[in-house]
Amino acid sequence: MTTGTAATRVLGVLAIITTAWVVVSAFFLTPADVVQGDSVRIMYAHVPTAWIAYLAFVTTAVASGFSLVRKHRTLGFDRVAGASAEVGVLFMAMTLITGSLWGRITWGTFWQWDPRLTTTLFLFVTYVGYLAIRRVDVDPVRRARRSSVIALLAVLEIPLVHFSVVLWRSLHQEASVLNTDGDVRLDGLMLFTLFSGVVAFTLMFVWLVMHRQRLTALSDLERVVGLDAAISARRAEGVSGIHAT
Amino acid sequence: MKDLGFILASWVMTLGSIGVLALVTLRRARELSSRVPDEHKPWV
Repeated sequence: MTTGTAATRVLGVLAIITTAWVVVSAFFLTPADVVQGDSVRIMYAHVPTAWIAYLAFVTTAVASGFSLVRKHRTLGFDRVAGASAEVGVLFMAMTLITGSLWGRITWGTFWQWDPRLTTTLFLFVTYVGYLAIRRVDVDPVRRARRSSVIALLAVLEIPLVHFSVVLWRSLHQEASVLNTDGDVRLDGLMLFTLFSGVVAFTLMFVWLVMHRQRLTALSDLERVVGLDAAISARRAEGVSGIHAT
Repeated sequence: MKDLGFILASWVMTLGSIGVLALVTLRRARELSSRVPDEHKPWV
């Protein structure tokens, strides 16, 4: 028996079906944008990865908060926090890469030190650092305590990233859906495909977090089981040594 | 379709990296599961 259950299998199948629909719709059903042309098809991958990265980092912060408050269940929450950050970092990396490719088409360059791009890169580096800190401590309880504090501080960067396009003059466009004036600037099928993308990536996120937090649990348990086995072996050696003398 | 290379690259990298992470996770889970008894796995 591995880290899979009936729930993860259902989630996995749903994620594959939803993703297949998003790919078909993004490439063959939705129209090209009036201004951006076909490059808008990158949006159906770029925007959901960004939103899910935010969701992942907020999940990390919430789980870390519970980990600090509910001391008797520290490790369970901490594993969810760590798994969520791992998946979030991957999604954030994809946001940066897809954004860079989209930028090459629309702006003529892969990268600009623009407020949105720079703050997003800073958020990404912060969570890479968070994951590095998690690997420093071998003791799971100490790991949980230290990384929880960092996670609660790091999440404060998200509003800065999201509102950077409003706060400063940015090359990056304002949000087409969750913008400050509440106006939705997308065609019906484009909007539906975008939300389908969010659903598909959310399903993938939940599937990955469930598996990866169980993987961390297995890794911690393996260390304990291995340690117990080593102690038992030493004890047995000691007993046989006493008998031999 | 204009700029198809960039559009395809975006999708292949996004879905490919998620697929690779999923496969690596399942492989590592299988490896570790064999070394930890089932009674220690609360999800079983």
